[in-house]
Amino acid sequence: MADAYLRQSPLAHLGLAARAAIPPEDIEGTEAGVVLCERPARHQIGLRGDARRPAFRAAVKGVLGFAPPAKATTAAGGTGLPRALWLGPDEWLVVTDDDDAATVADLSEALARQHAHVVDLSDARAVIGLAGAGARDVLMKGCTLDVHRRAFGPGRCTRTLLARAQVIVHQITQAPDYDLYVQRSFAEYLWAWLEDAGTEYGVRVTA
Amino acid sequence: MLLIPCPWCGRRDESEFACGGEAHIARPADPDAVSDAEWADYLFMRTNPKGAHRERWVHVHGCGRWFNVARHTVTHDISAAYKVGEKPPGDAS
Repeated sequence: MADAYLRQSPLAHLGLAARAAIPPEDIEGTEAGVVLCERPARHQIGLRGDARRPAFRAAVKGVLGFAPPAKATTAAGGTGLPRALWLGPDEWLVVTDDDDAATVADLSEALARQHAHVVDLSDARAVIGLAGAGARDVLMKGCTLDVHRRAFGPGRCTRTLLARAQVIVHQITQAPDYDLYVQRSFAEYLWAWLEDAGTEYGVRVTA
Repeated sequence: MLLIPCPWCGRRDESEFACGGEAHIARPADPDAVSDAEWADYLFMRTNPKGAHRERWVHVHGCGRWFNVARHTVTHDISAAYKVGEKPPGDAS
């Protein structure tokens, strides 16, 4: 993790906090079908290991409170934090609070004697929140993933391409409400794409 | 575009994948023991069939896993996708 005084969101220069502070009644146009926000910084931990080994599952469960999800393209941990997102059959992204520095240390210690891998990736990706009635339609514009409610619902996550940028899509609630984890060098591009794609539904920025 | 059935993630668009060429090409166990011609055959020569073909693909923008696909090179019909180390469907050997 970078020193705190050097840390800056890749979207910091867009003034999103100021836009979010504008009262909705002061914004012209129709109701917002797409609600975008930048999620607060989170601790993101790359975790790799063999999920078939009980010792590995037990060690992770001892730290997080749940085992890493073995089922493909699912997330564990529900709507709160920490969460574990399935990225591959032996690869997960563990997401915790930004001030939770203990988890990465605890995971490293718990898995020290195993063939496993724990690395802090917190500043590698920005997290964009996408919600609203038009959120699914916006995703469909730039993503080949089947996001129909029968195929992709709450608690599902996967890596895929959105507007040609690699993202991790995590659907949190049925509403729908998505988290988009995007590499920080793509974050500004993806934000601009999302705003453009959402224009026809009306875009509102929240904190 | 192909719709490729990743053994882990399910059916996904071809744009998420990269093709790694023909599958089931075994590296000679002892490279020093083979002739230059045999080594060149291993490195460069591929069957390039017009018809049924087995090839390696990687889900590079998904789970990141390599796996094998049985594809018809004319019709693009994908008859099977199977994990590395598994025998191709219909292969009795």
